[in-house]
Amino acid sequence: MIKLKMNGVTVSVDEGSTILEAAQFMGFPIPTLCHMEGLSPYGACRLCVVEIGEGAKSKLVSSCTYRAEEGLTVRTSSARVVRARKMILELMVASCPQSKVIQDLASAYQVRQQRFRQEHETCILCGLCARMCSEQMMAHAIGFQGRGDHRALGTPFDMKSEKCRLCGGCMYVCPACQLRCTYTQPEQAICGGCANLSPPCLEKVQFDDMMCSMSPCVACEIKKD
Amino acid sequence: MNPDTILPIVEKYHNRRGSLISILEEIQSQFGYLPGDALQVVADKTGKSLVDIYGVATFYRAFRLKPRGKHLTSVCLGTACHVRGGPSIAREFEDQLGIKCRGETTPDNEFTLETVMCLGACALGPVVVVDGHYFPNVNTGQVGSIIKRTREGLDRVEIHEDKRVFPVEVSCPRCNHTLMDAAHLVDGHPSIRVTVSYGEEHGWLRLSSLYGSYTVEAGSEIPMGTLAHFFCPHCHAELLGASNCIACDAPMVPMVVRGGAIIQICSRRGCKSHMLDLETSTVA
Ligand code: SF4
Ligand code: SF4
Ligand code: SF4
Ligand code: FES
Ligand code: FES
Repeated sequence: MIKLKMNGVTVSVDEGSTILEAAQFMGFPIPTLCHMEGLSPYGACRLCVVEIGEGAKSKLVSSCTYRAEEGLTVRTSSARVVRARKMILELMVASCPQSKVIQDLASAYQVRQQRFRQEHETCILCGLCARMCSEQMMAHAIGFQGRGDHRALGTPFDMKSEKCRLCGGCMYVCPACQLRCTYTQPEQAICGGCANLSPPCLEKVQFDDMMCSMSPCVACEIKKD
Repeated sequence: MNPDTILPIVEKYHNRRGSLISILEEIQSQFGYLPGDALQVVADKTGKSLVDIYGVATFYRAFRLKPRGKHLTSVCLGTACHVRGGPSIAREFEDQLGIKCRGETTPDNEFTLETVMCLGACALGPVVVVDGHYFPNVNTGQVGSIIKRTREGLDRVEIHEDKRVFPVEVSCPRCNHTLMDAAHLVDGHPSIRVTVSYGEEHGWLRLSSLYGSYTVEAGSEIPMGTLAHFFCPHCHAELLGASNCIACDAPMVPMVVRGGAIIQICSRRGCKSHMLDLETSTVA
C-alpha cells in the first residue's frame, strides 16, 4: 500500500494506482474526458489536472496517468487547478462547441465565457475511439494518423476497413459525435438538445469526408458507394 | 510489389521491439516510398496492426506513402521564413503546380512539393530549396521562374559556373555575420574562419576563400575521412543544410556568398565535393 496526502487527508491505495483512482476512491471529484474505465489511460485531454508537490516545486500533472507515490501531496481543487481546468474547458468548448459532453462539463465547472474562435472540430483527438476499438472490440480498425495540425483519426489509407465490425463502439464513446446519444430517437431524449444539432457529416456529400469509417453509418445510414 | 522482397527485411529484425522504424526505412530505401501492400506485409509478419503502422508511417516526415516526383521542392515555413512570407510562397507554388504542399506530386511526376521547418539559412528567408539548390529571398513573383528553371534543368547552368576560380566572401546563413578573417591570409586572400567539432575534439578551421581551392588550415589535424560539424564563430549555430554530399553522402555545410548565393561544401575531411548556387541570386 502507498500512503499519500490528498487535500489534507491521508489516503492509502494499492501500488500502481493512479492519482485519479485514489481521488475517486476518496470521493474527490475530478473531471475527465479522455479517461474511461476499461481503457488504458492516455492523458490526451489534460482535463483531469491536479497539483502535486509543495511550494515552488508544485506542478500540474494529469491525474489519470500519474501513479500515486509514497508521501505525495495532491490538491485536486486548488486555485491553480481550477484556473487551468477552466481554461482547458474553455478551449475545448471553442474547438468543439457542438459537443454535448463538453458543454455539460463546461457548465458543471463554471465556465461562463468563451473567448476563443469557435472551430466546430469533428474530433478533439481524445483517442477514446481508437482505444475502444483496439482494447475492447479487439478490432484495431481505427487509429491516429499524421501529426501536428494534420493529426486525425481514421482507418489506414482512409479506406473502408475490413477489420471494422460496425459495432459502433467508437461512436458510442466519442465526445464529439453528438449523434450517438439520441439523434435516432429524439423523442426519448431527456434534454432534446441533440435534435437541434445537425450531425457533422450530414452536410458532406462524399462518404470519404465522413467522420467515421463505417459503411453504412450506424446512425445516419449513409452508405459508401 | 512482390511480398518476397519485403519478407527478408522484416525477418531480419526478428520482430524486436522498436524495429518498426528501421523496417520502414529499409522498405522506403528500396522503393523510394512505402507501398500500401508492403505495410500490409509488415503488419501480417510482425503481428502489429496495420492502423498502428500506418500511424507511424504518416507521423514521420521522412516516410512517404506515394512515390516522389523528379524534383523535390521544399518551401521553408520555419519561424524566420514564416514571418517573411513563406506561407504565401507556399500558396503560390500550390497554385502554379496545382498540388498541395503536403508532399503531393504533380501528375506528370515532375514536382513534389513539401514544406520544411527551417533549413538553417534564416538570414536568406524566405528560402526555397529545389533539388538541393537554395533560392534565397524568394517572393511570389519569382515562383514561376523557379519552376521554369527547374524544368529546364538546374544543374546545366551550374556546371558552367563551376569552372571558374575566384575569391568569395561568405557569411553565416543563420546570423549573416561575415565569416571572413582579413587578418589571416590563406592562398593570399582573406580566409574563411569557422569553428569545428568532431568526436571529442573542438577547434577552428580556416578555409581558402578561393573558389576551387581546397587549402585548409586547422587548429589540430583532422584525420582524413572524419565528418566534422561546422559552427559559426559568432552565433555558434551549426552550419547545417538540408542536403547531403553527392559524392560521399555526408551532410553539406552551407555558407552565404555575398550577393545572395549559397555555397555548400562537404563536411567530410578530404572530400572535395562542393556546390555553388550562384545563379540563384539572379532569379528574376
Ligand atoms: S465500429 Fe469498427 S472502428 Fe468502431 S469500434 Fe467497432 S470495430 Fe472499431
Ligand atoms: S473521433 Fe471522437 S473519440 Fe475519437 S479521438 Fe476524435 S473526439 Fe475522441
Ligand atoms: S457518418 Fe453518421 S455515425 Fe458516422 S460520424 Fe457521420 S453522422 Fe456520425
Ligand atoms: S482524463 Fe486525464 S488527460 Fe484526459
Ligand atoms: S526559417 Fe527558413 S531557413 Fe530558417
